[in-house]
Amino acid sequence: MFSFIKKYTETMQGISFYPIFSLLVFVGFFVGVLWYVKIMDKKEVDTLKNLPLE
Amino acid sequence: MQLESFQYDNKTVRNFAVATIIWGVVGMLVGLIIALQLVFPTVLNFQPYLNFGRIRPLHTNAVIFAFVGNGIFMGVYYSLQRLLKTRMFNDVLSKIHFWGWQLIIVAAAITLPLGITSGKEYAELEWPIDIAITIIWVVFGFNMFATIIKRRERHLYVAVWFYIATFVTVAVLHLVNSFSLPISLFKSYSWYAGVQDALVQWWYGHNAVAFFLTTPYLGLMYYFLPKAANRPVFSYKLSIIHFWALIFLYIWAGPHHLLYTALPNWAQSIGIVFSFMLIFPSWGGMINGLLTLRGAWDKVREDVILKFMVVAVTAYGMATFEGPMLSLKSINAIAHFTDWIIAHVHVGGLGWNGMLTFGILYWLIPRIYKTELYSKKLANVHFWLATLGILFYAIPMYWAGWQQASMWKQFTESGQLKYQFLETVTYMKPFYAMRALGGVLYLSGAIVAMVNIFKTIGKGTLVANEDAEAPALEKTYTKHTGEHWHRWIERKPTPLLVLSLVVVLVGGLVEIIPTFLVKSNIPTIASVTPYTPLELQGRDIYVREGCYTCHSQMIRPFRSETERYGEYSKAGEFVYDHPFQWGSKRTGPDLAREGAGNLKKSNTWHYNHLEEPSAISTGSVMPSYAFLIEHNLDTATTPLKINAMRTLGVPYEADFAPRANAALMKQANEIAASLKKDGIDVPANKEIVALIAYLQRLGTDINKK
Repeated sequence: MFSFIKKYTETMQGISFYPIFSLLVFVGFFVGVLWYVKIMDKKEVDTLKNLPLE
Repeated sequence: MQLESFQYDNKTVRNFAVATIIWGVVGMLVGLIIALQLVFPTVLNFQPYLNFGRIRPLHTNAVIFAFVGNGIFMGVYYSLQRLLKTRMFNDVLSKIHFWGWQLIIVAAAITLPLGITSGKEYAELEWPIDIAITIIWVVFGFNMFATIIKRRERHLYVAVWFYIATFVTVAVLHLVNSFSLPISLFKSYSWYAGVQDALVQWWYGHNAVAFFLTTPYLGLMYYFLPKAANRPVFSYKLSIIHFWALIFLYIWAGPHHLLYTALPNWAQSIGIVFSFMLIFPSWGGMINGLLTLRGAWDKVREDVILKFMVVAVTAYGMATFEGPMLSLKSINAIAHFTDWIIAHVHVGGLGWNGMLTFGILYWLIPRIYKTELYSKKLANVHFWLATLGILFYAIPMYWAGWQQASMWKQFTESGQLKYQFLETVTYMKPFYAMRALGGVLYLSGAIVAMVNIFKTIGKGTLVANEDAEAPALEKTYTKHTGEHWHRWIERKPTPLLVLSLVVVLVGGLVEIIPTFLVKSNIPTIASVTPYTPLELQGRDIYVREGCYTCHSQMIRPFRSETERYGEYSKAGEFVYDHPFQWGSKRTGPDLAREGAGNLKKSNTWHYNHLEEPSAISTGSVMPSYAFLIEHNLDTATTPLKINAMRTLGVPYEADFAPRANAALMKQANEIAASLKKDGIDVPANKEIVALIAYLQRLGTDINKK
């Protein structure tokens, strides 16, 4: 089915780059999320929290 | 800012609510029946349509897709409109969604007892119904997304992100797992085989839990719990973090259903690590839910709705702690295939999904009917019945699971296995009875709820279209200074949907692509050959009867298993299995080497045992399959099946299909002759002969030269 991709993934050198890159993306994304949550403005948070109660 | 008048649609909410209650009672009733079938197998297995193998999937489909499914839609249609201050986009789409979903449920209720099944857990419905599910799901998504786009509240509250992620992910899961090759209106073969099918199936199955039973209900929790308690959620920041972490991590957890199986080790390890990490976002949700009530616990004492919700969130925390623990290899080695897993499932299902559904029903029905709940007392009675029901269900099953694992693994001083498999079955019966009592309690509670809700409906009047007012959305949005990126995405539903899709696809792609492409993941075994035509027909009978609901076909590399069943199962043995039938539970023994291992038995034994299991194995809970002796095998389908398998890559010869029935009859005659020698006179063209052929084939390939 995937014979085109297969041809390359079976033989390419340095394929381990991909999982390492993925790990970095994952860690980076969540560090980013944590950082932005840290610097969020309190007033905005309170507005959002109360949306169901309006 | 100019106020616009509009109306919320409560009629569709009411429809989904009524469907939720009715299907809930139906689904739980089927659950009670199958529980009792394990206690009274010779009395309660109504042949052939209502025996355990046929109606166990009816129970699972009913409670997941009919009860929880309608519950999701009830809650989403109520909360989405009010969070976005707009009516649902299109009333016709709402109607199509509602009636379409109910028709799908009815189709399931008809086809499953008829044995029309794909043989894949929680995805048993055959391809025409799969197509219907896709269409209705798209209708739902379109209706929901169009509503989001025409909203009057710019900011998307956290519940809405959960709804979006649910829609996107369920769509992907359903499409990918349902790829199959139809051979008739009622039968198809899974596109995938063996190990790959197992991985796709449990990538789907675990994420059915994640994105059908969890994320939409977290969304509902984030709306209805603050509403019921009249206080905002504990930490909005926490909800942002745990949302992204949850939808990313959950997808990878699928392999925890396949630990110690023939799935490649690297995939098992990924499943373990990500399942373990999943504790944190899951408990983020639990903490947010419970701490919303900090300082207001006295309210819980007075308000039965809050009681239901607190038990629900607590059960969620318990199940999402237990799940990661069960994903650790050492614990999984004990729990897999036992009733411990059943206990785990029902803590989540009865506790989290059930209790939250009832809490929401009790909150919203009085409101849309402009009346008070008919009886608070009855609601409290329900609460206690449900809570006791959960305890009487889970505790016996935990005990049973530990007992099974312990008895399966015990050796005597001289190095023999201590217990026959049958001894473990008979030991379980009192626990099965206690579990059935738990079910009776929970179902009684559900019936009490049904009465209470219908009486409430009777004394009120539905506000089918509820008046509301809100300012129209400003055309341009002025950014506040210092607005962070997540606020940007909360304003923009389309990037939110796309980003959720990307996040969710990553785990699936990383696990699935290498399993398909890297040859060394499924080492080829030269002696493995395709099933013969007779064995293929027999396999289809095995799938039709739902044998996989009680029997596994996966011997794990433990001494206690290799001593009992034979050589442990290798990935390469399953390459022609469309679908795979590794099973999830050992109510009966593993059958992976039924044709070759320590447990190999004669054709005569199989005939007698299938005819009446409890006559051969005293105390067996297996239903009788005597009807297979009467039924003629439909050999007209043989060439069709051979050609379908060839299309799927099984190496039958190009011209084999027209010759297949000749080979089939030759093998069938041989089996009939061997039965005749023992005084059993059965025509070779009966279904039982095909099933015996299949059972005798299992596990024999690796012994061939």
